Amino acid sequence: MLFDAFSQAVALIMSGDPELFEILWLSIQVSTSALAISVILALPIGTVLAISEFPGKRLCVTVLNSLMGLPPVVVGLLVYLMLSRSGPLGVLGLLYTPTAMVIAQVVLITPIIAALAYQVMDDLHREYRELFQSLGIDSIRAIPTYLWDARYSLVTSILAGFGRAISEVGAVIIVGGNIDHLTRVMTTAIALETSKGELAIALALGIILLMLALLVNAGVTTVRSIALKKAYV
Amino acid sequence: MQIKRTLQALGLSVILPVASGLASADSIVVQSTTSTKNSGLYDYILPKAEQSTGVTINVVAVGTGQAIKNAERCDGDVLLVHAKPSEEKFVAAGFGVERSDLMYNDFVIVGPSSDPAGVNGSSNVSEALSTIASASALFASRGDDSGTHKAELRLWQAAGTDPSEASGSWYRETGSGMGATLNAAVGMGAYAMTDRATWTKFGNKGDFEIHVEGDERLFNQYGVILVNAEKCPSVNSEAGQKFIDWLLSDEGQDTIASYRVQGNQLFFPNAN
Repeated sequence: MLFDAFSQAVALIMSGDPELFEILWLSIQVSTSALAISVILALPIGTVLAISEFPGKRLCVTVLNSLMGLPPVVVGLLVYLMLSRSGPLGVLGLLYTPTAMVIAQVVLITPIIAALAYQVMDDLHREYRELFQSLGIDSIRAIPTYLWDARYSLVTSILAGFGRAISEVGAVIIVGGNIDHLTRVMTTAIALETSKGELAIALALGIILLMLALLVNAGVTTVRSIALKKAYV
Repeated sequence: MQIKRTLQALGLSVILPVASGLASADSIVVQSTTSTKNSGLYDYILPKAEQSTGVTINVVAVGTGQAIKNAERCDGDVLLVHAKPSEEKFVAAGFGVERSDLMYNDFVIVGPSSDPAGVNGSSNVSEALSTIASASALFASRGDDSGTHKAELRLWQAAGTDPSEASGSWYRETGSGMGATLNAAVGMGAYAMTDRATWTKFGNKGDFEIHVEGDERLFNQYGVILVNAEKCPSVNSEAGQKFIDWLLSDEGQDTIASYRVQGNQLFFPNAN
């Protein structure tokens, strides 16, 4: 079965099957859009939480950490109920569109990136707060330094969010509907092939998805090692 | 609409063309049972339907129970399912305009070739189910309120057996779609009831074969309903009706009849 799946995966890629690339491209579009929005939301949340002191901060952190474990199906259901024609945002007509899938993934991965970013920033803040204070630099002006110092860890947090977004199926299948040529992405295509009993094709699609993840991570690692080399020359 | 534009402009511009495509005047969402999709029927008939009607048809394939619930929430223009009593209730409650018979096929009971309960060749489904129950042979049920699940429960009732008492022992409710349930049944060597279309196209049969077929109670009728615009103003009645008219027309019915898998006809049109 595994060998079968591998040869099917290679054959699928080599054949240049337009349907495969359409699905793959939509997966990338949806998940990168969700990632961009999540990063814009999550980094400020994590940073503010790390450098500010307020009552209930520990509760906020605990809630944020717990939200990392949000089940995708629950997110899908909540977003479905919001976007359904009979739901509060039904007039927008967004259900069963790629936009709905982006929204679901944003809800899913924002807490992950925010919680991981908080941890990174909090560690830095604990270490350098007194130094900055002694130099008369307040926490807000220290943010750029923290962000620069933490850039590699933050990239890892962002990659974790991307990995979650591109691999989840429970949320996008509910709000996207797995509609052919409209909202079918890699994971929902895998679910469909599995339900047809076409296990080798399903596994082949899984292998292709994994290759995409490998490509993304290899790219980031390369950029990082180039940057490191330049830094120490 | 203003809000929608603003939302889409907010960094979602990459997918704007796709996103706005759904709301266009000549596109509909069909809330559907899974068998019509998994059997490949839609892949065969929809391109022809789209060409004839000029309507873009987007299919959301879930179980019949969920499809009806989604349509009641106005998240579809057309409902295509197979559970006549539920469909009639849907229309009576005002959610549907009118129900039309579309096509039929039949259910079969499949199981491992070793046939642990010895029901092979039976054409009496009640007897077969009683035998499976008294042998405590594994049986995988959908357990998801789908059309097939409802039909299966009616057959257990006709057999005078209440399998829910054995739930978790020999009666295994997967709570999943037809394909997932068949995968589970093949995995654990359990009998299962499925529509013939899904089974014929199913790619993971293992050593499974059809054991029970041919009982008239295994008849499986599909119906099609336009969602009522009075309940759901968002419904695209004109385009939805165009699609239904095509399905019920001679051209649509002939197209359904001409769909073959391995030489077998999977759906038999019977619109009035």
